[in-house]
Amino acid sequence: MNQSTSRIDLARAGLRYRKLRDRIVETLLLGAGLVAVFTTLAIVAILVYESSTFFQHVPLKDFLTDTMWTPLFADAHYGILPLVAGTLTTTMVALLVAVPMGTIIAIYLSEFAPHHVRETVKPILELLGAVPTVVYGYFALTMVTPALQVLMPNLPGFNMLSAGLVIGLMIVPYVSSVSEDAMRAVPRYMREGSYAMGATRFQTALRVVVPGAFSGLAAAFILGISRAVGETMVVAIAAGMQPNLTFDPREPAETITAYIVQVSLGDLPHGSIGYQSIFAAGLVLMLITLIFNVAGFSLTRRYREAY
Amino acid sequence: MSAATTAAYRNVDALRAGVTRRKLFDKLFVVLGLVVMLTCLAVLAVLFIDLVRDGAPRFKPEFFTHFASRNAERAGILAAWVGTSLVMLVTAFCAVPVGVAAAIYLEEYAPKNWISAAIEINVTNLAGVPSIVYGLLALGLFVYQFNLGQSIVAAGLTLALLILPIVIVATREAIRSVPNSIREAAYGLGATRWEVTKDHVLPYSTGGVLTGMILGLSRAIGETAPIITIGALSFIAFLPQSPIKGEFPFISFQWLHDPFTVMPIQMFNWVSRPDQAFQSNAAAVGAILLAMTLLMNGIAIWIRYRFRKTINW
Repeated sequence: MNQSTSRIDLARAGLRYRKLRDRIVETLLLGAGLVAVFTTLAIVAILVYESSTFFQHVPLKDFLTDTMWTPLFADAHYGILPLVAGTLTTTMVALLVAVPMGTIIAIYLSEFAPHHVRETVKPILELLGAVPTVVYGYFALTMVTPALQVLMPNLPGFNMLSAGLVIGLMIVPYVSSVSEDAMRAVPRYMREGSYAMGATRFQTALRVVVPGAFSGLAAAFILGISRAVGETMVVAIAAGMQPNLTFDPREPAETITAYIVQVSLGDLPHGSIGYQSIFAAGLVLMLITLIFNVAGFSLTRRYREAY
Repeated sequence: MSAATTAAYRNVDALRAGVTRRKLFDKLFVVLGLVVMLTCLAVLAVLFIDLVRDGAPRFKPEFFTHFASRNAERAGILAAWVGTSLVMLVTAFCAVPVGVAAAIYLEEYAPKNWISAAIEINVTNLAGVPSIVYGLLALGLFVYQFNLGQSIVAAGLTLALLILPIVIVATREAIRSVPNSIREAAYGLGATRWEVTKDHVLPYSTGGVLTGMILGLSRAIGETAPIITIGALSFIAFLPQSPIKGEFPFISFQWLHDPFTVMPIQMFNWVSRPDQAFQSNAAAVGAILLAMTLLMNGIAIWIRYRFRKTINW
């Protein structure tokens, strides 16, 4: 009798220990999850904090309207417009490459390609997105620019065109894989309805599947845009690092990201205005990404088809 | 033949012509799709061949055992590959446990409340934050607030934050594919939630965890921008302190605080030099980097394929 009581006690103690251990583990796991939340908060806090000192020196009006960006010169101008123009131009060129190519590949893989082709090609395509961006920069500078110069003899050695083209190639897999997932989510019966009406695969793809997957396609393009906006090394290497207020991709220019790299390569003292300017630039970069994401989100919401 | 029949024949002909045309479009699109796809694959091939060709004169053992130098022929990547390995070590050591733990929390524990929703949203958002912004975070937080300086540990932590979403997403996918019957069987025998996770769910998700880790590291190994932002030097002619010491306690972590350089930064430095001779060096590092990322991705794909094939629920 006595022995069995003690055995029950022992079992109870074991259970209590295991439950306590569970509680502790759960707290630890929650802590790991919260790292993600803290990272976001820290990013926002650091950008806002360092930029706030920057904006004590530079009036917001100058920042937004001045057409020169020369924070490191004696005659300092702090107009973000040239950097924004550079960023938007390279992004535009990249999208002109990535959106058609990505969409065509997605339609082909989802509607036309046999199963084994899809399963083989998809992972290989993803490799295109895994190549280190510094390698793409080398490619843009030493291969793409000389090739373009054959077609356009007046093209300078540093230009946004070749950087944009290479970024476009780099984001093709992002666009194509998200688009393809969206198209595959369009239910089979919609395709079958279309085939039954005598439509070809191409007609079905264009008039049934693409409209049906529109919200997913929009999400894919937005993903591509935010990749292109944030891309750094390709533009830093191939587009030249001089702020230039132009939307002509044939000219050299500097993007927001390339400016941050340029400053970081130098030896700026902590707390100087040049040091703070990269955080202001980073804040603008985050805001541009955010604007595109919000636009994409509302677009996706508006055109969402529930199956 | 009556007029009506002729008209009908003409209609059928028009219909046939239409069908033929549409079928032609179909075929043309297949050709277009193949051409675009092959263009992408060709770019990848050209990229690799070009790097190997340009870098060929540098592929000698000395390239790996020499420090950077003003003489392109004699410049090597000793400091860079040692730096990359050490930074990757720190990154893997931080990102994998935290990422896996966060994934377990989200899949197995998270109650439906605002905290779980906040974690979920943040993981998704962080995956889309430009990598250079992580560099700014690290510069402000690790380098100056935590006083870590331009050290290996600061770089490792930065890259760990950067690849955290990749590890989390891959692990979650693997955990989600473990069928519920396995969990219920374990609960039925009186296992606690952690015991179920540790003894059943995690072992079955090893493939996903490994895939996430390799994909994350392959991303981290090529990242240049965030490391430049924290102010890593590109000319380093010494190695970090050795982790093994002659006297007690034989292990030293002093190397964590040493300045360093990594392979992508070394490549960027060589690319930006006007001297043509250094382009060869850049191409050689690029070829090595590319080969490493492609290899890591290949291994990840293979692991995923193998686990999918061998596990039949």
